[in-house]
Amino acid sequence: MNNKIKRILPQLLTILFVVFVFGFFTINAQVNMDNRGIDFGFGFLSQEASFDMQFTLLDYDGQDSYLWAYVVALLNTLLVSFLGIIFCTILGVIIGVARLSQNFLIKNSAAWYVEFFRNIPLLLQIFFWYYAALRALPLPENAQPWFGVTYMTIKGYYIPSMIWENLNVFMSCLIAAIVAIIFIRVYAKKIQEREGKQLPVLYISLALITILPLLSFLIGGVTLNFEMPVLKQLAQTSFIFEGGIALPPELIALVLALSLYTSTFVAECVRAGIQGISKGQKEAAASVGLTPNQILKLVIMPQALRIIIPPTTNQYLNLTKNSSLAAAIAYPDLVLVFAGTALMQTGKAIEIVGITMLTYLSISLAIAALMNWYNKRIEIKEK
Amino acid sequence: MFKHLKQLTSLFAMIAVLFAFTTEAMAKKSKTLKNTQKKGFVRCGVSQGLPGFSNADASGNWTGIDVDVCRAVAAAVLGDANKVKFTPLSAKERFTALTSGEIDVLARNTTWTLSRDADIGLTFVGVNFYDGQGFMVRKSSGITSVDQFKNGISACTNIGTTTELNMRDFFNSRGISYEPVAFEKADEVVAAYDAGRCDTYTTDKSGLAAQRTKMKNPDEHIVLPETISKEPLGPVVRQGDAVWEDIVRWSLNTMIEAEEYGITSANADSMKTSDNPQIKRLVGAEGEMGAAFGLDNEWNLRIIKQVGNYGESYKRNIADTGILPDRGPNQLWTKGGILYVPPAR
Repeated sequence: MNNKIKRILPQLLTILFVVFVFGFFTINAQVNMDNRGIDFGFGFLSQEASFDMQFTLLDYDGQDSYLWAYVVALLNTLLVSFLGIIFCTILGVIIGVARLSQNFLIKNSAAWYVEFFRNIPLLLQIFFWYYAALRALPLPENAQPWFGVTYMTIKGYYIPSMIWENLNVFMSCLIAAIVAIIFIRVYAKKIQEREGKQLPVLYISLALITILPLLSFLIGGVTLNFEMPVLKQLAQTSFIFEGGIALPPELIALVLALSLYTSTFVAECVRAGIQGISKGQKEAAASVGLTPNQILKLVIMPQALRIIIPPTTNQYLNLTKNSSLAAAIAYPDLVLVFAGTALMQTGKAIEIVGITMLTYLSISLAIAALMNWYNKRIEIKEK
Repeated sequence: MFKHLKQLTSLFAMIAVLFAFTTEAMAKKSKTLKNTQKKGFVRCGVSQGLPGFSNADASGNWTGIDVDVCRAVAAAVLGDANKVKFTPLSAKERFTALTSGEIDVLARNTTWTLSRDADIGLTFVGVNFYDGQGFMVRKSSGITSVDQFKNGISACTNIGTTTELNMRDFFNSRGISYEPVAFEKADEVVAAYDAGRCDTYTTDKSGLAAQRTKMKNPDEHIVLPETISKEPLGPVVRQGDAVWEDIVRWSLNTMIEAEEYGITSANADSMKTSDNPQIKRLVGAEGEMGAAFGLDNEWNLRIIKQVGNYGESYKRNIADTGILPDRGPNQLWTKGGILYVPPAR
């Protein structure tokens, strides 16, 4: 009995303390807001937002509600995080492997890259890419085409947009090709386990993914046209490109800065993962006649991934949270639009900051859950 | 037993009435005023640097017509116009800073609108600058009127301002599609526009004129003649302290009315012997003009002596700095402008 009390009492006190602290702050906030004539509520979310956004993925207009503005801004945040994670992973893996290269030049330039980009504050890097690097770009009227059809200008990167006919036929062919590839891989693995025979999976996959969509053009009635960006004069010295897709310089600068910065950390995770595998593994693999590529792919990487994934998850979370620095360079993300303009127009500070915090928390937890699931999948299955 | 109860209730009623009277009397005294006098300085929220309105020089001295409103309040309640603590705020932070009690006066070129006045626990006390939103473009573009704006124009501005909303109304009503590029800080807007990111820069016209002086080459830019909105800028206080609200309102009014009656920082003392009773009231030589606020009788004289009248403040901060030499609507009503304040009597 005495022991039971000893066990429960501290927990009870902790809970009481937490409830007390939360209660104190809630009541305090309520009293203060009452005193100052501010009322609390989420009714504003259905009001008309009446401000415009520079760049949106879905249709948005000032007549839409604050709730829709929130959704659209959230998508902008997710877009930056998604692009950043993709690029920082690709770059990070390349740099991480390069750091272990035997080649003096490759090894050292990779090391310099890491030391340089990870030791400069991220906000400065964002400012650099936006104000210094992108500002050095030409005005639209002076832009030289890149790859013949795209234009990099101070007002953004203009690329042709695709105009599809019978897009769904093309998409179904693509999905069919992907499904077929998955089946072939499973089948090839079975064959190898049973008979030791190796199928040229890579070539079959490549053939499938090119031939099937190609067929959709030839017999499925799919057509693809490009709408080119065309220079348009607004005033004597003011030009813009019309048509095509415009990627705003704010997005480019942000993705660039975020992925260059985070890739250095990913690179270190990758290097640590590979170096964490004992030399014996490599030598054993070589002694059974595997090529260096096969050693990396079949022996080192599957083991290294177990070391790499958990710290890399942290970096993905950091990147997502760091994307809120977008506000500094006018990229309309959640912080700039919702916790900025919407907060200002409605004055609902507590509600909006609360929603924004919960949103970032949810995004981070979702990414963490996904990465944990992947980690579970690749970890050692003890039999 | 019942008899006693009756007595008891009447006793309670008496106590309650007494208590009500005391709280009533206490309410007359401003909590903000008391705190300010205890601290020894006025806590004033200003911009992060807008020449003419609120701008700090290299040694941290603030100047501007918004700054002068705070200085006037300090002169009135503390007797020294320099006893002000300035807090630079972004457009986004300003109202939260005021409602949360971090500052007591917000003099930060803030537009008086219904929703701000009614919704978010604020009270606007007056107008110290009548402004309107305009557009700045590069001279070389050949644009001389907003009628020449075409689809696809990109416009740089600040977030969290009425500007963002007016801009939408303007372009929508004209059916022009535009690209809004909204930054958090004014310096970032100027840098982006100056570099060519945007075709036009839009904000209050006084702001355009002031920011133009910060550009790499001010002569390459012009402010278009059209005004697309009404922007009455004025000081703001927290809701719920009526006395403090009155002090700030009448500090501003005193400056404007002093100009109307020709009282300047130089001649204020000699005006005490004026024949005009209204002038005498404005310099504390007649009537009990400070008692209602809990101030002494020379509070307005101190404002005029230490800060000057509105005309002096305008000349010092806006005209002489070359921002807007012409007073336009910010001229006294007696001289063709719209500055008109209720009489201090």
